[in-house]
Amino acid sequence: MRAATTEPDRDPSPGGELRLVGKPLPRVDGVAKVKGATAYADDIELPGTLYCKFLRSHHPHARVLSVDTSAVSSITGVAAVLTGQDLPTKYGIMPTSEDERALESEKVRYVGDPVAAVAAVDEETALAACRAIRVEYEPLEAIESIEQALVPPVDEPIHDYGGPANIHRLAALEFGEVDDGFARADHIREDLFFFEGNTHLPMEQHSSIAVDVGDQLTLWSSTQTPHYVHRTLSRVLHLPMGHIRVVAAPHGGGFGGKTDPFSHEIVVCKLAMLTGHPVKCTLTREEVFYAHRGRHPVLMWVRTGVSSDGKILAMHFRTALDGGAYGSYGPASMLYTGALQTTTYDIPAYRFEGVRVFTNKAPCGPKRGHGTPQPRFALEVHLDKIAEEIGVDPVELRRRNYVKPYTRTVNWLRITSCGIEEVTDRVVEASGFTRRTRRPGHGMGFAVSSYMCGAGLPIYWNNMPHTECVIQVSRGGVTLSCGATEIGQGSDSVLATVAAEELGLWPNDIRLVTGDTGLAPVDLGSYSSRVTFMAGNAVRDAARRMREILTGVAAEKMGCSPAEIEVRDGKVGELAFEDAVVAAQERFGALSTHGSYTPPSNLGGSFKGAGVGPSPSYSYSAAVVDLDVDPRSGELHLNKVWLAHDIGRPINALAVKGQVEGGVYMGLGEAMMEAQAYRHGLHKQPSMLDYKSPTFLEMPEVETILVETIDPEGPYGAKEVGQGPLLPVIPAVASAVHDALGVWVDEVPVTPDKIMRALDAKAKGRDGRFGPKSFPDVPYPTMVKVAPPDAAATAL
Amino acid sequence: MLRLPRFSYLRPGSAAEAAQLLAEHGSQARLVAGGTDLLPKMKRGQVEPEVLVGLGHLGELRQVRARDDGGFDVGAGVTLSEVGAHPQLRAAYRGYVRASALVSSPALRNAGTIGGNLCVDTRCNYYDMSYEWRQAVGFCMKKDGDICRVAPASATCRAIASSDTAPVAIALGASVVLVGPEGEREVPVASLYQDDGQFYLTKADDEVLVSLRLPKPDGWRSSYVKVRSRDSIDFPVVGVAAAMKMTGPVVEACRIVLTAVGPQPLDVSGAAEALLGRELDDAAVEEVALQAAKPARPLDNADLGYVWRKRMTRIAIEQAIWEARTTSSTTSSRPA
Repeated sequence: MRAATTEPDRDPSPGGELRLVGKPLPRVDGVAKVKGATAYADDIELPGTLYCKFLRSHHPHARVLSVDTSAVSSITGVAAVLTGQDLPTKYGIMPTSEDERALESEKVRYVGDPVAAVAAVDEETALAACRAIRVEYEPLEAIESIEQALVPPVDEPIHDYGGPANIHRLAALEFGEVDDGFARADHIREDLFFFEGNTHLPMEQHSSIAVDVGDQLTLWSSTQTPHYVHRTLSRVLHLPMGHIRVVAAPHGGGFGGKTDPFSHEIVVCKLAMLTGHPVKCTLTREEVFYAHRGRHPVLMWVRTGVSSDGKILAMHFRTALDGGAYGSYGPASMLYTGALQTTTYDIPAYRFEGVRVFTNKAPCGPKRGHGTPQPRFALEVHLDKIAEEIGVDPVELRRRNYVKPYTRTVNWLRITSCGIEEVTDRVVEASGFTRRTRRPGHGMGFAVSSYMCGAGLPIYWNNMPHTECVIQVSRGGVTLSCGATEIGQGSDSVLATVAAEELGLWPNDIRLVTGDTGLAPVDLGSYSSRVTFMAGNAVRDAARRMREILTGVAAEKMGCSPAEIEVRDGKVGELAFEDAVVAAQERFGALSTHGSYTPPSNLGGSFKGAGVGPSPSYSYSAAVVDLDVDPRSGELHLNKVWLAHDIGRPINALAVKGQVEGGVYMGLGEAMMEAQAYRHGLHKQPSMLDYKSPTFLEMPEVETILVETIDPEGPYGAKEVGQGPLLPVIPAVASAVHDALGVWVDEVPVTPDKIMRALDAKAKGRDGRFGPKSFPDVPYPTMVKVAPPDAAATAL
Repeated sequence: MLRLPRFSYLRPGSAAEAAQLLAEHGSQARLVAGGTDLLPKMKRGQVEPEVLVGLGHLGELRQVRARDDGGFDVGAGVTLSEVGAHPQLRAAYRGYVRASALVSSPALRNAGTIGGNLCVDTRCNYYDMSYEWRQAVGFCMKKDGDICRVAPASATCRAIASSDTAPVAIALGASVVLVGPEGEREVPVASLYQDDGQFYLTKADDEVLVSLRLPKPDGWRSSYVKVRSRDSIDFPVVGVAAAMKMTGPVVEACRIVLTAVGPQPLDVSGAAEALLGRELDDAAVEEVALQAAKPARPLDNADLGYVWRKRMTRIAIEQAIWEARTTSSTTSSRPA
């Protein structure tokens, strides 16, 4: 194998014409998905497959006194039964919160917590066997709210770490002189907000199938993070990573809900090892609601001081997150509720205090926008209220505070390309926001946001690249191997397009091996909007290296310099691509090139907690929502949403538009109706009929406006689109309702009954508002005071 | 996935034979036509029949017949989609056709029948759950338990009447034909239901509902207003049917029937007497709606807050009255 080592050209905006990048091309996986030919994990059928079902806790919080499986062995068709004693090793996605077991043997912490599992010849038999298992519980006080989690428990805390009470993690950070900023402020405003939890609701239920043959364990799973699942399996099953292969099967939607290592993934592997048969588990829809790892419910308090002309002088932001039963990504989720306020607004002095508590509910984790939609809702509505109070137009107030490109925020985040002004201009202009005519019940709302293009640090500490890829070229074609995981967001198409652009081919000429820990080098996974930026750069480097080999050989044949060789339309200079490959193989033997990407080390600060927020770049979005509200019922009718997004440069303009529309759709669902609600310690509506999520009929027209800022470090200047466009939609809905009726619903979702309660309050002469009334006392730790970057570092 | 449990499927040659099979198998048997209500409930263990008696193949149940007296007999096996596409029914019974068109989604209306919708199970978010969920919260009297979870002091089940078509059928004065082992009888739709979410139908277990008998339109105009989260699929959280007969602008007769505000459809026509012999105006309609909404008893066993649902009952009644008055064929469920 030949690995080229020259440093490829990193110019994001090559002088040459881009043939594929930026064009609205069909996706490489589109036809198979539309025709039903794609094999999702649940479609994989292997000879002799056994089916796995779980016995789950019926108690929100209880000690497990005994698990009696003796009745199971007499059931015909049962191959194996597992309890917590078979899988005692704890794990968790965050190294600081390894608090889960695949099956709980000591204590259960939410209704749905797995206790035992059975493999049998079919699902009916496995289910009957689960029902034959006898578990003796000692129920404990169930913790059902943030407030309850903060006071000493009657029985015992949910976990034996963290604290006091049921506190999981705390943070207290101050950047700059906050008290001084408030002292200088002409206006100070405080607001309280609550964002109810909600879930991802992927169309595909989680599914996994494992087979253990010849000392090689293989797991196909609907996971967004095969690498992290790989590490967890190695740890929990006590097998070397070299004997485990994890393949991310094609996805029917992830949105963050398939980003943790899950109990069912571990259990099917263990059962396959025990029985020698392939073992499959597909969660029921109800079980997907229990797997959850969705949006945290967050209570928020924000206090901002502004000058008389609306310039922010200081901000103090407090959040309290209801984490549910386990750690999951919680420490990061909590810090994210305080991290990105500063990437849209220049806040010279900023204080953040956060707490995440454990409760006896399905564990929360990352959902599209991870920890940032909740504070973004609060922040944008809060700014609207300040604007109204000081008599400044809400768009103008924001403009006065926008961050500038190539600066560093007070909390040390490095801002590079930044299209916040342009997305604002474009969406305001297209929607007519500032020149709208009034009619009763009609309202328009505006909001902006930003999001990361990949987390600057990996989830576990290591110095390796965040993504790696290999391109192999032979007479058999071009194969691109990269651990990056297609979860429906279009990452395969992006990688194929980048490789094809550089090699003068079409995306469908690139054979992809992705999301496979056995056949492709590591990529950390499809989370934090990292794939286009990071894997895109890696693939471009690898493809340029391959192009260099091919143009070198072609130049020799043609007797010219490599710089004169054009690579396009399946040709390398005058040679057909295949002939150039043959010539290169004659010269070098097997041909492969590699690429990798490691984010720069100067993206953030060095204080404790600085690992959350840094990113090689940030996308910017602005939304205007246009709706009508019936003042007698509080029911919303959405007319239209305009969404302008700073994409840097689109790799595939069609796929980008699809992601924008998907993000708007998901944001509207959260804004208007979705709620992971509990009653008596149980999920109130664990079904797709009862958990209300919008359908076609609720979905308004979306006008997508793409703004290109050509990021200096993104591949061809590209940035993320998977998460950012969701963020401004939610506050824009709340703002539009206020515009229509003059009342504020400071709680998401903004439902008809909350709107009516706000209107009732207004009619009775009270504050026309529905929302939380207080923020609990939290034992925050001593404030960590961080000196802001000095002026030289601020202007990059 | 949730699996359908094992059962025997019987295919009777007639409705009378179906009734015989029901009598033979007693409480082990259930009728199935479209299956859109029953089969998901079997998957969740809410009903556990060992025998299903199929009706979907019976041609005699799939007819729409104009009667000599000017009314129509609609076979119980006619699908909700077929009702919506039937020109004479559309012209004569606007509210009924409207209600049929607002049931669930197009796919389910293609399978679901009008008989099935009249007999649709009462709903409750303590009951419409998997076996494991119900076990965790504690079983309720409608299945496997002995108390009502949403109203623990109640002696009867408070699951919610959820048929969209029943209230319009009642408002129109329609009746149903039931075939039992002893023969056939006709009962008003109004007396098909009772105030008990568990035993919500008054028909005997071995009777088969074979047709809906819609009376001659005779100047009656009808409407149906449905309140729910999503117009694409959801069951009603409030439903109001209104039927009115007018002489010029003057109201001659008015009936109002509510659904989804208690275990049975509620005929609140008494409250509409204030409208008789006069023209409609905002104040009168508002006052009637206020009175007519009083018996509504929404509880915390459906989507959206029950206080809001109570408030919406009044508003939906107003809308239903105004819609019944209009002669044009409205297509929106609730005017803005």
